[in-house]
Amino acid sequence: MGYEGVAVCVPVTIPYSRYSLRSAHWFCGRALAALLQQAGIPKDQVDGFCISSFTLAPDTAVGLTQHLGISPRWLDHIPMGGASGAVALRRAARAVQTGDAEIVACIAGDTNHVDSFRKTIASFSQFANDAVYPYGSGGPNASFAFLTDHYMRQYGARREDFAKLCIAQRDNAMQFPHALMKRPLRLHDYLDARPIADPLCLFDCVMPCAGAEAFLVMTQDRARSLDLPFVTILSTIERHNAYPDDPIQIRGGWAMDVDGFYDHAGIGPEDMDFVEAYDDYPVICFMQIEDLGFCGKGEAPEFVRRHDLTTAGDFPFNTSGGQLSVGQAGAAGGSLGLVEAIRQLTDRCLGAAVTNARHGLISCFGMINYDRGLCSSAAILRREGG
Amino acid sequence: MTTALPPPKKKDPVQRTRQPTLPPGNRSREAHGLTAMAAIGRFALQTCAACGQVQYPPRQVCGNCLADDLPWRDVAPGGSLLAETRLHHANDLFFRDRLPWRLGVVRMDAGPSVVVHLAEDCQQGMRVRLSLNLDRSGHAVMSARPETPGPEWEDDLQLRELTTDPKDRRVLIVNGKTDLGLALAQGFSAAGAREIFVGHAEPWKASPALDAAKAVGGVTLFPLDVTDTDSVQELAAVLGGKVEIMVNNSYHLRPGGAVDRLDMNISRQEMDIHYFGLLRLAGTFGPAMRARGADGAHGACAWVNVFSAYAQVNNPAFGTYSASQAAAWSLAQCLRAELMPGGIRVVNAFTGPLDDEWHQMVPPPKLTSDMVAGRIVDALQKGREDVAIGAVAEEIMQRLAENPKEIEREITL
Amino acid sequence: MTDGQGLKTAGGKAAGGMLSQLMGGILGGGIRVVDLTMTLQPDAPTIVMPPEFGQTWPFRMEEISRYDHRGPFCYWNNLSCGEHTGTHFDAPIHWVSGKDLPENATDTIPVEKFIAHACVVDCSAQAAADPDFLLRQDAVEDWEAEHGPIPPRSWLLMRTDWSQKHNPVDYMNMTGDGAHTPGPHETLIPWLIEERDVIGFGCEAVGTDAGQAQHFNVPFPCHYHMHGNNRFGLPALTNLDALPPQGAVLITPPLKIRQGSGSPARILALVETP
Repeated sequence: MGYEGVAVCVPVTIPYSRYSLRSAHWFCGRALAALLQQAGIPKDQVDGFCISSFTLAPDTAVGLTQHLGISPRWLDHIPMGGASGAVALRRAARAVQTGDAEIVACIAGDTNHVDSFRKTIASFSQFANDAVYPYGSGGPNASFAFLTDHYMRQYGARREDFAKLCIAQRDNAMQFPHALMKRPLRLHDYLDARPIADPLCLFDCVMPCAGAEAFLVMTQDRARSLDLPFVTILSTIERHNAYPDDPIQIRGGWAMDVDGFYDHAGIGPEDMDFVEAYDDYPVICFMQIEDLGFCGKGEAPEFVRRHDLTTAGDFPFNTSGGQLSVGQAGAAGGSLGLVEAIRQLTDRCLGAAVTNARHGLISCFGMINYDRGLCSSAAILRREGG
Repeated sequence: MTTALPPPKKKDPVQRTRQPTLPPGNRSREAHGLTAMAAIGRFALQTCAACGQVQYPPRQVCGNCLADDLPWRDVAPGGSLLAETRLHHANDLFFRDRLPWRLGVVRMDAGPSVVVHLAEDCQQGMRVRLSLNLDRSGHAVMSARPETPGPEWEDDLQLRELTTDPKDRRVLIVNGKTDLGLALAQGFSAAGAREIFVGHAEPWKASPALDAAKAVGGVTLFPLDVTDTDSVQELAAVLGGKVEIMVNNSYHLRPGGAVDRLDMNISRQEMDIHYFGLLRLAGTFGPAMRARGADGAHGACAWVNVFSAYAQVNNPAFGTYSASQAAAWSLAQCLRAELMPGGIRVVNAFTGPLDDEWHQMVPPPKLTSDMVAGRIVDALQKGREDVAIGAVAEEIMQRLAENPKEIEREITL
Repeated sequence: MTDGQGLKTAGGKAAGGMLSQLMGGILGGGIRVVDLTMTLQPDAPTIVMPPEFGQTWPFRMEEISRYDHRGPFCYWNNLSCGEHTGTHFDAPIHWVSGKDLPENATDTIPVEKFIAHACVVDCSAQAAADPDFLLRQDAVEDWEAEHGPIPPRSWLLMRTDWSQKHNPVDYMNMTGDGAHTPGPHETLIPWLIEERDVIGFGCEAVGTDAGQAQHFNVPFPCHYHMHGNNRFGLPALTNLDALPPQGAVLITPPLKIRQGSGSPARILALVETP
């Protein structure tokens, strides 16, 4: 079953800050306010509500309904961190299609107090508490250092290849107003940066920050009646704990589902005008480029060498600058690319626009529960009428 | 190649001592199964009784067949190093103080991939040998070293945080007047201890063992009577800031039980030496040791109690002695908790009958002093926490684990 | 001049006058009070018995409070020790030979026996030359020839200066065959009892018998004979060098312990100054 009649609209970003005294409730509440304001609807018309946040604890989406004074008839809380964006999208779309909800607000937001990142990673999961955090307490830096080290040795990726991706994203970010990284990144800046967890250096690692991303899902009829530009959904996938027998992660769940993903969309990777991929560390971008069919396994280094990843290039990639340049606002990192894709496909770009973009691919990834990221998801969006 | 650890320098008196921090100690109930294995030096993981799958990290339901009978079984400790990193940044204070820190991912021959502390001489792709160790927080962690370790591998700074190696450390042996006291002095000397302080009570009573201990390299004698609070306090005032490994070798055994030998003096003496003696040592030496738990690579690290296995089940032939050992063992658990914040490991060594004048009528196997001392030094080098020494002690532990009532009724060891 | 005998017999008649005279001497300087007691402290050695026998407790003290959270107003201690610790009084009941005698324990000995005249035989030179030195009858007779006869109901005190050995190892002087400390010869004690009617024997070593006394024909003869004849012992005395050979009066009461075999005691000597 397709996503006929479903509209995705009203891209909202609550500007990021390195640290904030605000709570996650504030970021989610302000995101909802921005959604309502831009959609021009009163609060009681939002009858579906979908939340992703790490720092809302001890609350969940349930507590937030009272906090924000809303009475939704459809409520979801997606604890999938970086994978939450496309997952929220596909669930909200089905709710709207079936009539379980008319307008679903999908909000992902987190705050970042001084020391809150340490607390998040210090009690991330039972497996991490028992078998990862006591080992150097490096958090995701250490986990991605392993994956990067292994990937580099296995497939011959060089630091220069990762540098090319990071530099291109930084170029994209130079025009994106919410990016926390304001200075261009040069190759020697990247290569000479201080080491964080070999082989990762400073510019391989996202910077944790506070912020929120949000969008609305509703029927296309409703969007038209509200005069809201929207995009449509061609295909979505999600997968959890894929390939558990791989000794170390070399691929994500996308590889399990990629064929059906494009079959459902009726188009292929060659039809994508841009890609918004999850990018807390560059190695996971390389895996997504491979697993989503842009090249074969292990060929991403060569693919990146052959392509220009800037917004104006032949493979526009993370057109806002991605988390590596904008910042990682907790679970909002899982919706950064999706919200940017809605902007690209509705001509509401805050930064540089991809020329004549009709199809955008959004890919999400999250939750290093133990030694690998467990959740993957993706979606293909199309310009309305495109 | 492991970088050889230079001997400790004299302490700079104007430098603030590094305060003890601990690696993260938040563990699930299941993960304490690893701690139990590490404490006794076993390399065992949960293994599904139904399908045989080895589980890691620990859990309550088999990740393969969903059965819930997951006994801890010894597994092959070999594996290959798949990936490695050297951390230059850590959010946790313990590691932040000790950067850079090497970690790896090892694919075990037994199945799971595991995150490990990685010895300096491990190279990518290398065959490695895993072990379960207690870290400074007292919880189990995995470490990897090459299957064939290079020279001086035990000097590895990261591994040294997981063990309590006497090399270059200063040791206090309480009660040096017994043969075991002498053997301990010799054992620590051979293990490279920097200084060995040997305490002895009632100096007017001659002891050939003590005379021999004087001649052991690095040994200095000090008066120390654990039944005398003043004596313990006085020595703590002198040595408290120096002792990095405490070896409580207090020993006072007299045969007899409760019904057949009412002798309050003997019983009280046993309690005074074993229980109150440990209490006096704990209250006087404990605070300084705990404060020095992170005082460089040679900081205070271990408190050894030489106990009898009868601490765990009473042998009526030595009934009141067993009871005093049980009291001391209980106190050692308290000590373990109280020294934990300093990262000081309390090592309880449980011995079977010693081959000494108080076991003249006990049939073999009996333990020689050298055997006991050797096992204690070995346990410190390997970072163990509970050590059963000799066949009798091992049998007692095994029978207690299987059926405590059986050994309570049938103890003849 | 008042001697020990005089005090004892004259006490009832004119106590007020004589005691005033005594106090006058103590306060006015005519009478010196000499402390013959060692300080009780935890590292003081105790009598060594084979380890399979019962053992005496050493002196131990645990602070109850010292003007602190345990007791803001006071300093005090709990003590423990055996009856025969430090400078102490041996009662006849201490030994098997005296077990059935009347008035043989610390609580039943008539109190007047705790004040008695002392005769001090200086053996310090001999003990310095030979730690196993034994005091014999002929030496005491020589002493009497010089200083006069031992009055009945006197203490015979053997001065050796052994108490000046402050290192417990030297004081105990133990080797593989036992202790080597001076004491009375086994034939001296019956003579002192039968011929001189002494009240007891005192010395500076840890016990009233010589270090090697377990090897004598009658093991521990001083304990055996003295206590078997309802006489007393005063071991571990000190400051005997401050006493005259004749004329000092000892005050030796032990604690009034029910059926006590002895007790640590503060032993005082009254000495007339010339």
